[in-house]
Amino acid sequence: MSVKRNKPIIELNKVTKSFGTFQALKGVDATIFEGEFFSLLGPSGCGKTTLLRMIAGFEEATSGTIVIGGKLMTGIPANKRPTNMVFQSYAIFPHLSVGDNVGYGLKTRKLPKAEIAAEVEKALKMVDLGGFSDRAAHELSGGQRQRVALARALVMRPKVILLDEPLSALDKKLRDQMQVELRNLQRSIGITFILVTHDQEEALIMSDRIAVMFEGEIAQLASPEELYRHPVSHRVASFIGVMNFLKATTTVADDQEITLNIPSLGTVSVPASYMPAGMDADTVKTIGIRPEMLTILFDDADKSTCRVEGTVTSTMYYGDMTYYSVKLSDHDDDVTISMRNTAGRSIVPAGGLVQVGWGVESIVLFK
Amino acid sequence: MVNKEGRQGLTLISPTLLYALLMLAAPLAMVVTFSFWTQDYLEVNTTLTLNNYREAWSQPLYRVLIARSLSISLIVTFVTVILAFPIAYYLSFKVTRRKSLWLFLITVPFWTSYLLRVFLWKVILGYNGVLNTAFLELGFITEPLTFLLYNANAVVLTLAHAWAPFAILPIFVALEKIDRSLLEAAEDLGDGPLRRFFRITLPLAMPGVIAAILIVMIPTVGDFITPKLVGGTDGLMIANMIQIQFGKANNAPLGAALAVTSMVIVAAISIVIFLTGKRLGGRVK
Repeated sequence: MSVKRNKPIIELNKVTKSFGTFQALKGVDATIFEGEFFSLLGPSGCGKTTLLRMIAGFEEATSGTIVIGGKLMTGIPANKRPTNMVFQSYAIFPHLSVGDNVGYGLKTRKLPKAEIAAEVEKALKMVDLGGFSDRAAHELSGGQRQRVALARALVMRPKVILLDEPLSALDKKLRDQMQVELRNLQRSIGITFILVTHDQEEALIMSDRIAVMFEGEIAQLASPEELYRHPVSHRVASFIGVMNFLKATTTVADDQEITLNIPSLGTVSVPASYMPAGMDADTVKTIGIRPEMLTILFDDADKSTCRVEGTVTSTMYYGDMTYYSVKLSDHDDDVTISMRNTAGRSIVPAGGLVQVGWGVESIVLFK
Repeated sequence: MVNKEGRQGLTLISPTLLYALLMLAAPLAMVVTFSFWTQDYLEVNTTLTLNNYREAWSQPLYRVLIARSLSISLIVTFVTVILAFPIAYYLSFKVTRRKSLWLFLITVPFWTSYLLRVFLWKVILGYNGVLNTAFLELGFITEPLTFLLYNANAVVLTLAHAWAPFAILPIFVALEKIDRSLLEAAEDLGDGPLRRFFRITLPLAMPGVIAAILIVMIPTVGDFITPKLVGGTDGLMIANMIQIQFGKANNAPLGAALAVTSMVIVAAISIVIFLTGKRLGGRVK
C-alpha cells in the first residue's frame, strides 16, 4: 500500500532549535504531504514536541525554515498560521460551554452567530458529540474532552491539525478505540494530521508515515511497514517492537549474495538486496530477527524449515500468545520468540529443549 | 453521628473556634444588642427600641458620612485593584526566576506599622512635606500646595498604598492557576494578545480580582486611622463618627446602630460584587 503523494503541505528545511546550550533539534529535514497522517515518534526528550510546537508557531526556529502551504512561516505567530493544535492536556476553556469552546476560533473570525452554531454542531457530530453544545466543560469525561479539543480544531478547517500526544491521558480501551476513530476521521476529511507520540504501537496503527526521532534528529522516516521490517539501526529496531540481535560476520560477498557466519544459526546466505543503503558487506556486525519470525517447531512442522536447537529459559503467558526466552548458543543473549497459542498445544516449560525455526527472508542486517 | 476523623477534626479546630466565638461572635452580638438600647447619661436603658436606627438613617450627617465612606472605599478599591493587576500579571507571567523574592519584596511595606505608613504619607504630602519642598526647589510652584493633604484624595492615596499587597496576592494566585496551555490554545485559535486577555486571562483571573475587591473594600469602609490623620474635615468617614459616639459623645447605642448599619450595607455590596463576579468570570474547576 503506497501513500498517494500529493502536494507538499509542510516543508522543514534544516530546522534547529537551541534552548541555551541544549540543542533540542539538530537540523531536521522533512516534507509532509497533503492529506497525510504523519507521526513524530520518539522517547521523551527527543525533540518531537518541540518540533510540533515550532510548526504551530509557539516556538521560533533557531535556524532553518518551516514552510506551510507554500508560505514561509518565519516570524508568523501561531494565531496567523493555518494550523490548529489538539493539546496534550486538551486545554478546554473551563469557563466556556462545549459549544463556546468549539466555536471559539470562529468567533474570532467574526462569523455570524447562526453560522457559528451550525458549524459547531457539525463539528461536534463529527466527533460523536452531537447535542453537547450547551454542556459545561467540567461535565465532560476525559474521552469527551479529547473529542471537544479535536472538534475545536476541526471546525477551523485548518490545512494541518497538530496532535500532541492526544491519547496519552486515556485508559487503554478508550485509547484503542480513539486510535481507530481518529484514523477513520482523518481519512474521511482528508486534512493533514501530524501526531506526536511516544507509543510506537499507536504510531504504527495510525500513520501513513512515521519519523522516528532520537536526540533532536530524525533517525528514520518511512511507512509503518517499512519501519518495522527494515529498521536502519539497532536503536530504531528496538524502539519499534522487539528485535533479537545475533552476532554475524560476512565471509563472502558479491553482487548477488552475501554469505554470513552467524554463530547462533550457522552459515547463511542472503540476497545482496538485503543490504541497507549506506552499508557495505564488511560493516555487517549483527543481524536482527523479530520474535514472531522465529517459531518453536513441534513434530508436525515442515521438515524443510531452517532450524536450530535451543533451550527454553523462561516463558511468559499472555493468553493469546506465549513469549519464550530461548538460549540458542553461548555467543548471543537469549532470543525472544512469540508463539500464537493454539488448541491442543501445550506450553514448553523452562529447561525444555526445542527446535527453533527461522527463515532467511526475515533477516535484517545491521552495523 | 460524628466519626473518629470528624471528632479529631473538631478537637483540632476547637481552640480556634472558641477564640473566634469569644473574640468575634460575642462582641458582634453585643454591638447588635447595644444598638437596640438607649443611653441615659451614665446609665444604659435596656428597653428595646429602634430609635437609634431612626436617628442613624434620618440624620443627614450620618448619611453623608456613610456615603462618603462608601465612595472613598470604592475609589480606593478601584484604584488599588487596577494598579495591582498589572503587578500581579507581571509577576505571574513575566518573572521566571526568583518569583518568591519578588513576593517577599511586595510584603516589605508590612514590616513597618500601619500607623507609621500613614504618618509617612503625612510627611510626603504635608505643607512643608517632601513633595512641596521638592516642587518649590525645582521652581514648579511658588508657594506650597495645600490640596495635597487633609482631604478625601489623601485618604484614597494612603489607603490604596496600604492595601496594595492585599490586592496583588489574590490576583497573582488566580493568574498562577491559569493553565498556560489555555493561552496557547486561544492563540492557536486565532486570538491576538489583547483578545486573548479579555476572553481567557481576565475571566479566569476573576475569582482573584473579586477576592481582591472584597479584601480591600470591606476593611477600608470602616477605616478610621487614615481619615483621622490625613483626611481633614471633608475626609472624615463613618468609622470616625462611630468612634466619637462610643467615646466623646458617650452614646454607644447610637454608635452601635451606625456600625450595624454600615455593616449591613457593606455586606449587601459584597454580595452584589461576588455575584456579579461569578457571572462575569469563569467557573474555575
